[in-house]
Amino acid sequence: MKLDIVIAGVGGQGSVLASRVLAQAGMAAGWEVRTTETIGMAQREGSVVSHVRIGSQLYGALVPDQQADILFGLELAETARALMKLKPGGVIIANQGKVVPASVSLGLSVYAEEPIRESLCRTTKRVMLVDADALAMEAGSSKTVNVVLLGVLSALAGLPFRRDDLLQVILESVPKKAVAMNQEAFERGRKIGVTFHDRK
Amino acid sequence: MEKRLLMGNEAIAWGAVEAGVAVAAAYPGTPSSEVVETLAHLAPEYGFHAEWSVNEKVALEVASGAAYTGARALAAMKQVGLNVAADPLMSLAYIGIKGGLVLVVADDPGPHSSQTEQDTRKFAAFAKLPVFDPSSPQEAKEMVKAAFVLSEEFHLPVILRPTTRTAHMAQDVAMETANLPTRDYRFEKDPKWVIFPSLSYKKHILLNQAQKDLAEKFSHSPFNHLVLNPESSEGIVASGVSYNYVMEACETLSIHPSILKIGTPYPLPSQPVLDLFAHCARILVVEEQEPVVEDQLIQMAWKEEAKIEVSGKQDGRVPREGELNVDKVIAIIKAFLRQREPKDLAQPPHARVQSILGTMETTEAASAVEAAHEHSFELPPLPLRTPVLCAGCPHRASFYAFKEVGRRQDAVFTGDIGCYTLGTIPPLDMLDTCLCMGAGVTQAIGMSKVEPGRKHVAFIGDSTFFHSGIPGMINAVYNQADITIVILDNRTTAMTGHQPHPGLERTATGPNPKPIDIQGIVKACGVEFVREVDPYDLKAMKEAAREAMAYKGTAVVIAKRECVALVKPEVKYVVDPKTCTGCELCLKKLGCPAMAKDKTLVVIQDNCSGCGVCAQVCPQNAVREVSLR
Repeated sequence: MKLDIVIAGVGGQGSVLASRVLAQAGMAAGWEVRTTETIGMAQREGSVVSHVRIGSQLYGALVPDQQADILFGLELAETARALMKLKPGGVIIANQGKVVPASVSLGLSVYAEEPIRESLCRTTKRVMLVDADALAMEAGSSKTVNVVLLGVLSALAGLPFRRDDLLQVILESVPKKAVAMNQEAFERGRKIGVTFHDRK
Repeated sequence: MEKRLLMGNEAIAWGAVEAGVAVAAAYPGTPSSEVVETLAHLAPEYGFHAEWSVNEKVALEVASGAAYTGARALAAMKQVGLNVAADPLMSLAYIGIKGGLVLVVADDPGPHSSQTEQDTRKFAAFAKLPVFDPSSPQEAKEMVKAAFVLSEEFHLPVILRPTTRTAHMAQDVAMETANLPTRDYRFEKDPKWVIFPSLSYKKHILLNQAQKDLAEKFSHSPFNHLVLNPESSEGIVASGVSYNYVMEACETLSIHPSILKIGTPYPLPSQPVLDLFAHCARILVVEEQEPVVEDQLIQMAWKEEAKIEVSGKQDGRVPREGELNVDKVIAIIKAFLRQREPKDLAQPPHARVQSILGTMETTEAASAVEAAHEHSFELPPLPLRTPVLCAGCPHRASFYAFKEVGRRQDAVFTGDIGCYTLGTIPPLDMLDTCLCMGAGVTQAIGMSKVEPGRKHVAFIGDSTFFHSGIPGMINAVYNQADITIVILDNRTTAMTGHQPHPGLERTATGPNPKPIDIQGIVKACGVEFVREVDPYDLKAMKEAAREAMAYKGTAVVIAKRECVALVKPEVKYVVDPKTCTGCELCLKKLGCPAMAKDKTLVVIQDNCSGCGVCAQVCPQNAVREVSLR
């Protein structure tokens, strides 16, 4: 068994936390795990890609191109930027929300929202684009976008860990006062995930 | 056995705790910072000393002092930090130590966040010191413990060199019992601790002899292992993290060459290499950065008169620049397999692979991988997401003020290492130079001596100031340099994860009752023009910039405002759409990531931290403060 997940987002969106909880859920189920990040220079606002590998007989942490079973995107354009990691027929779980970089406001580049969406949908049939920003706000904070999307992921069939274990690891990883909010975010994500699952 | 998810640097820290470390010292630097970050966290519980030293030279000297007494000590730094610590390291190799001294130096092939891709294994060979090259966090933890033992056996400092991909990889790591330092350490007086030239000569002979003994010792190290395939005449040698890529690549290609994993690249263990020579006609060496293993292997082949074809960096097969990964290593191995002796090439490809590797499906697997990699995605243009200064970063305000004042004066703005290096990015376009820690100040001095009519302004962060900025400032005063030094005092070492420094009220492990006042140092060094300003007050900041740049002689402006990542905003700002004329001056001048264009007007997004600089830039007074309470 080997499950490769690539997480794409913007610094400050909680992609590192997402990679760690997925790895810990994998460990709880008795698997070997590896995670790593590629982070640019800045503390915030830069592109961040995290790699998570769960399974047996693992080597390095970097997921090779076209080998990710799941592309987990916290931000729309960043999801597209990591598309080369997705394996043919892989699953995309992504936030349709945007973090528009300063370069766009300055006219140095464009944010082509619709073409980016289309490129995700063209790459694989198994795309779950979720308004995670809105769901996170409903749960109580925009900071729970990562947990909403983990909830969506938890509805997938055939994961190498139990959904409850994933939720428990998440709740142990967040500050005490944010536990209820994160549980709510996870549940909202899970419900959306189930509807995607049913549609198939 | 309990397993924990540990990052490589955390695993190294735990290895030190399991080895009974008594002193740990470091100056932060990506990708090494988490080693002492973790140790500082564990120090109170396990009863050892952990510190953030002011620079890497100091860190290594502090650790070596402890090791002189018989205690186990660790120093950690990034690869360019070792350049700063090179002076004590080179002499320590001669003088030696008593208690185990492990020097953790994290290399950064890529580079992801460094000025150079220098290879610390090469530095180890230059210093004639043994080096371990871990392929995973688990192995890094075991190597730290082995390094302490080796250090005490040979009385030499031992280097552990993780690369970014080991230092920042997290893995399920098996935990063992921690050992507390014993505390009965004592420095025994002896002339052997005083490095006179006559002693150096004798010690050099011993150090040279140790090279052979270390190579012999490493021949039996569990960190080097050879898996021979008698059916194959080809072998792959991989050092450190490259081993992971080689194993995964061989799995993907379904090939089974003999594989020698090297965990101690210098001195190269002789026995497993000779065993490999005995079985192989062709050897591929896969390692990141410099051909450290490859060059030693070629020397060994020449000495042994072994008829071996060696491929790697010297024949251009493996790149010297950048980081390796599975995809690159697959391509490297495939090219290596394709290029065989002419007599082999005469055979059909299928038979050729079979005869040499003793396995099949190679060609099919290889072509499948190739086909997969040829597939290209049609991506729409994606927005540029270069790293930028955070919304509300005080450095942005400092840069803006100096830009406004200096733009008509053709001033030169020299820079330094830290978050503020990002000031070079549009629209600020400040910082005309960035070389290494402390060089902003000193290079400005040099320029000022040959461009007398021009203004030279050097930007340096608070932590960098303590690291190596103070000697430069003293040099400016002593040599009467007409420069302005701007100390961007954001009250932390922000870029590497907010470590404290001597100017703050805390140390690595507790309170600092006597924070050192930067302004006091500046004055004590003889600087007569000193202004301390809050950069969020643009008017005052511009005034200070104007006065400092007009001043003849060394002037210092301290732009003091806490890093925005450390404070919770109390206010935020909004653009009044009725007053905003859409001139976009705020956007174009500041490039703040909280500001965005919404059709014709500017809007301020949720990530606004309430610095209020845009409100001071707006010519229409269209930006208003809103309380968040």
